[in-house]
Amino acid sequence: MNTQVNISRRAILNLSAGAAGGLMLGVFVGATPKAAQAGVSTSAAFKPNAFITIMPDGHITIMSKNPEIGQGIKTSLPMIIAEELDAAWSDVEIVEAPTNEKVYGHQFAGGSLSVFMNWKPLRQVGATARTMLVEAAANEWRVPANECTTANSVVTHTPSGRQLTYAALAGKAAALPVPDAKTVALKNRSDFKLLGTRIGGVDNEKIVTGQPLFGIDKTLPGMLYAAYERCPALGGRVKSANLDQIKKMPGVKDAFVIDGNKKYPTLLRPGVAIVADTTWAAFQAKAALQVEWDETDASKDSWSAIQAQAHDLGQKPRGENVVFATKDKDVDAAFKTAAKTVKAFYHYPFVPHAPLEPQNATAWRRGDKLDIWAPTQIPGTALGMFDSLGIVFYPFFQDELGIAAENVTITPTRSGGGFGRRGWNDFLCEAAAIAARVDAPVKLQWTRADDMRHDQYRAGGFHALEGGLDDKGKLVAFRNHFITFTANGKTPVAGGGMAASEFPAQFVDTAEISQTMLPLRTPCGFWRAPGSNVFAFAIQGFIHEMATAAGRDHLEFLLSIMNDPRAPEPKGPNSLNTARAIAVTKLAAEKAGWGRKMPAGHGLGLAFYFSHAAHIAEVAEVSVDKNNKVRVHKVWVAADVGPIVNRSGAESQVQGSVIDGISTMMNLGLTIEKGRIQESNFDTYNMLRMPHAPEVEVHFIESDNPPSGLGEPALPPIAPAVANAIFAATGQRVRSMPLSLAGMTV
Amino acid sequence: MIHLKINGTMREVSVDPATPLLWVLRDTLGLLGTKFGCGIAMCGACTVHVNGTPVRACSTPIAQMNGAEITTIEGLARPDGKLHPLQKAWVALDVPQCGYCQSGQIMSAAALLHHNPKPTDADIDDAMVGNICRCATYIRIRKAIHEAAVELAKGEPA
Repeated sequence: MNTQVNISRRAILNLSAGAAGGLMLGVFVGATPKAAQAGVSTSAAFKPNAFITIMPDGHITIMSKNPEIGQGIKTSLPMIIAEELDAAWSDVEIVEAPTNEKVYGHQFAGGSLSVFMNWKPLRQVGATARTMLVEAAANEWRVPANECTTANSVVTHTPSGRQLTYAALAGKAAALPVPDAKTVALKNRSDFKLLGTRIGGVDNEKIVTGQPLFGIDKTLPGMLYAAYERCPALGGRVKSANLDQIKKMPGVKDAFVIDGNKKYPTLLRPGVAIVADTTWAAFQAKAALQVEWDETDASKDSWSAIQAQAHDLGQKPRGENVVFATKDKDVDAAFKTAAKTVKAFYHYPFVPHAPLEPQNATAWRRGDKLDIWAPTQIPGTALGMFDSLGIVFYPFFQDELGIAAENVTITPTRSGGGFGRRGWNDFLCEAAAIAARVDAPVKLQWTRADDMRHDQYRAGGFHALEGGLDDKGKLVAFRNHFITFTANGKTPVAGGGMAASEFPAQFVDTAEISQTMLPLRTPCGFWRAPGSNVFAFAIQGFIHEMATAAGRDHLEFLLSIMNDPRAPEPKGPNSLNTARAIAVTKLAAEKAGWGRKMPAGHGLGLAFYFSHAAHIAEVAEVSVDKNNKVRVHKVWVAADVGPIVNRSGAESQVQGSVIDGISTMMNLGLTIEKGRIQESNFDTYNMLRMPHAPEVEVHFIESDNPPSGLGEPALPPIAPAVANAIFAATGQRVRSMPLSLAGMTV
Repeated sequence: MIHLKINGTMREVSVDPATPLLWVLRDTLGLLGTKFGCGIAMCGACTVHVNGTPVRACSTPIAQMNGAEITTIEGLARPDGKLHPLQKAWVALDVPQCGYCQSGQIMSAAALLHHNPKPTDADIDDAMVGNICRCATYIRIRKAIHEAAVELAKGEPA
């Protein structure tokens, strides 16, 4: 459990977003986007800020600022505005905002941060408009504003019962000065009408009727289609290719070598581009391409060699650098005096993000201008760039293509899944580099194999864990030697760094967290709940092992650690709070009937994890048959993410995260040899399907903390909950993922 | 020249006969609702009906389609625009997350209900196992199929 947002994420925020919270208001209010200025006459329209337009016919437009990748943000952020505006949801049309961080504030989907960062600013956006509408009505009636109430796009003068619609007030409100957003009154939580209800996704009807929404659906007049072949090992360069032959193939318009960006090879890899008149023609030509690669400087990474090395290193209880050590305590001495010592070695492989929409982007260079349409999670920072070393602002378009950032537009489309993958804009950079050499708009389409073999992977990792128990079975010493990876020799890869706050070190009398970093060329990136999605498996599984060794009930043992007086004070609403942790853990256990007698072959497993400001506990009921077939029957989730914004979206995110976690732990892992990813498609990378999806019952504790995001944090606890349930059912301890490698099947 | 009937309209296409139906739909005919996910018939995102049977358009050469009647997600609603009971249930239960796989999911489910108007959970498992939802909306997909089946039983034609 990181008691803060992941370090790397925080670095990104500091650099790209400034200090979090309330940061955008000065920008929001009074600013009007160019898009809203154009088009039909809106002279009588009320536009108090860049987000809201109320037309005299009652039509209300609310801008959705952040990319929609399946997390439901295009619905939930506008709901926050509509709540404070007191607009009738049926009057509201949601419009995707253009990328303009000067107007809309930071525009990205990552770190489950959208709701957390935008909660107060967007409430103020809505409340500003409501305040002005009330003032317009009060002026009209010559009554005090505080005698007026709002609901369903109508202002009511309560004493007299007079009413005016927002439509009727739009022109008058537009003439009023816009108040300072920080001074407007926000609603009390008890007065919320829209927030906490179930609102369907605003694009649902378009989705079920097959209307074009996604990056892959972008079409432009005269558009050509491109494919791109990269060296299967990162860092390989093109020595030669059969370009003359390729150019003669049907439908092929051009084929050329791109040298790649030497400084940031994961943003623009060297390769061969093919431009054709259809996607299929481009794919056929790509399949016929024969490239000789110069692999002198290419990745030689080998997963089998890494595993052997890590297993040796795991013999050492302490790694190269100590991340945390309890002040003034001797951890070696503490283990010597412990009545009982428990040791375990946990590990897990690299995995790709594998969003169902393979990467793509459409780019059109016209003179010194460049327009890009892409399913990206970070349209806002695409004009800078960051890669797997962390945050790096890099003027890609200027340096690589000689196009100034102010001459580039990036229009985000709906994304067919993100999971962190589209937080790297390599596909977008490739499309731009290809379009720079073509006199037409170009859509670059990756194949599934491209997507699986040129990802920024969830890093594998290894944990040598040790726990010391006293003669009463109390946890008195704890040690976690984490074997991870580095690309630059200095810092861990994205998602591969462990914080000093990682649970339970700071809750134990004497504890140590240390890291050893192995060199790695395979690029790593943020994968749904980075770090947390694997640390939870190792640590929450090991806590169950220690409870078992102590002869104590897992729930009671876990709660006793949380209750330890050493527990650090929460630093704010986004840090670990033991009262919230205890509450969700107890609730999940209660809902699952913890302690009940289980049928033969069945077991209950528990885990808690804190990440992304969310406190979440999960209990899984699992059975294992004679053939090692694992069936997850049901999962109970208890989550405290503060007040729920959209109940339908929130439940769906939790259910999806839980099943994603089961899918990944059961079956998924990559093998890397000679720098090459061996798997290429869903035949060898076998995600969980309908028959194996369990029932998932979701309970929210809606505490008064500010609401936080749910795209990620329900995933980490499920793998340890299932692993612990397998132990309860069979006595067999699972310490490595995927379970398929241990002969277990779904 | 290949002749096909797509969503009730006769179309003629002149393309490389090896071209998969998927890319003819998307790039040649501009029907973008059918999605590309894997290219090897493993994910189901490209599911369409050919003569009433669900097929994976990514692995179906257009040469085999001469004279075929094809229904895509764009043709599932009634000509008057009234949504299919599955489409209505998908919206009512807020099934989609990212939404990318859902046209394929709905086409697989529509073929199931056409042949089996009252499917059991096991029937649903069998019919839907070829469709991956990376967001894992399986719980709601199952519920929506059951709900659409109830609507159908009330006399709604599928």
